[in-house]
Amino acid sequence: MPAQTGAQTDPVQGRVVLDARDISRALSRISHEILERNKGPEDLVLLGLPTRGVPLARRIAEKIAAVEGIEVAVGALDVTMYRDDLRANPTRSPHKTDIPPAGIDGKTVVLVDDVLFSGRTIRAALDALGDLGRPATVRLAVLVDRGHRELPIRADHVGKNLPSARSERVGVRLAEIDGRDEVVISDANGGVA
Amino acid sequence: MKHLLSIDDLSVDDIRTLFTTAAEMHDVQRRQVKKLPALRGRTVINMFFEDSTRTRSSFEIAGKWLSADVINVSGKGSSTSKGESLRDTVLTVCAMGVDGLVIRHGASGAARQVSEWVDAVVINAGDGTHEHPTQALLDAYTLERRLGSLEGRHVAIIGDLTHSRVFRSNVQCLTKLGAQVTVVAPPTLMPSGVDSWSKDAGFETSYDVDSVLPQADAVMMLRVQRERMSGGYFPSAREYTVGYGLTRERLARLKPDAPICHPGPMNRGLEIAADAADAAQSVVLDQVSAGVAIRMSVLYHLLAGEETTA
Repeated sequence: MPAQTGAQTDPVQGRVVLDARDISRALSRISHEILERNKGPEDLVLLGLPTRGVPLARRIAEKIAAVEGIEVAVGALDVTMYRDDLRANPTRSPHKTDIPPAGIDGKTVVLVDDVLFSGRTIRAALDALGDLGRPATVRLAVLVDRGHRELPIRADHVGKNLPSARSERVGVRLAEIDGRDEVVISDANGGVA
Repeated sequence: MKHLLSIDDLSVDDIRTLFTTAAEMHDVQRRQVKKLPALRGRTVINMFFEDSTRTRSSFEIAGKWLSADVINVSGKGSSTSKGESLRDTVLTVCAMGVDGLVIRHGASGAARQVSEWVDAVVINAGDGTHEHPTQALLDAYTLERRLGSLEGRHVAIIGDLTHSRVFRSNVQCLTKLGAQVTVVAPPTLMPSGVDSWSKDAGFETSYDVDSVLPQADAVMMLRVQRERMSGGYFPSAREYTVGYGLTRERLARLKPDAPICHPGPMNRGLEIAADAADAAQSVVLDQVSAGVAIRMSVLYHLLAGEETTA
């Protein structure tokens, strides 16, 4: 009956556009940008979008802790039930939503995701946030922005702008889930682009 | 799988998936805004041809929290009491454009029969003395939350087994999840042919509550269904309580951390003493809140995605 949660990326070949050190540097810069924009770590809540946004949010929190010596609140926000393409796909099991105990009301929420593409996931995330509370500000941090937006949505903090053809695939692998860190771009068939 | 008619139709993986989703749904109950948009635009009809408070309101809340439009029809006061057949009744409501049909009926097999007549997703909310799959799922889910994995754990199911669809669904669900099940009933309320069935399904039968209770990791008391009895199953209520009720004395012999379940409605003083129903180890109210989460999970998995071919 229910479709299994398939979070694993296909074992695609492809061109590595970011390696582990590039990813680390990009996240360091994003962490500093977030702090600069927020004028410090006060009232920050980092919410990762499952699956790979969650470890990214944790890494950003670690980097902020290293700089500021303050643990900022980190959580996870699942948007499965808010997607506009639910009806078009076999049912997916929702992931864990984990809102920090202090909540999001009046906070600066930074949504963290791996790839920004159509913008539809972020649209769903904004709806999900609305049911959970009323943040003072919502910002968006992504590791890769590959373009092809279908909605008026943009990221505040971008690790790398990666121009891509719509048919190409961008795969983000993270050590916490995939055993290693890299961002790979490949053609639609999984070959080298 | 398109419908939920019997626990037998579910694989262990299906049950696990339903539980994982239910755990997420459980968190929604604690939110201020108890609403998810997953079933927006879907219509679910609850057709209850038998009395029910908790199951019907549980399905209704579950549907509404998922943003489905939920309509209730009860047998009494519906056109069936004017002599319309079940087939005509369900075809009529489905012709209105219903996506999901939650059905409770006094005849065993009613839900499966209905699923062959209609295109809508059919969920069995109890058919006669046959099955009540969402109850079994919520019971197992509640026990797992208390005990962790049910693998190798010993669950005692005690009471009126003959008339119990809860027992029939629960035996299947618990054994699928690896639990050891012992069912206990007075000889008159033990289903006929249980011996060959228990051998196939891998559960034990007993007539002696007092020897089973001290070993149980969890105990499930079943309601004495007097409305289904035409008398003669036991001499008096008092005698039933002395022989098979979870009395204060028996409560003391139970493991102190063994959860006590009851699918409700409880006959306090008959199959379960007030001391047991209100004991710290009683999970009766956890079962009710788990019921909403499980039914949200079932509705979500059967109705949210694209139409799958059955």
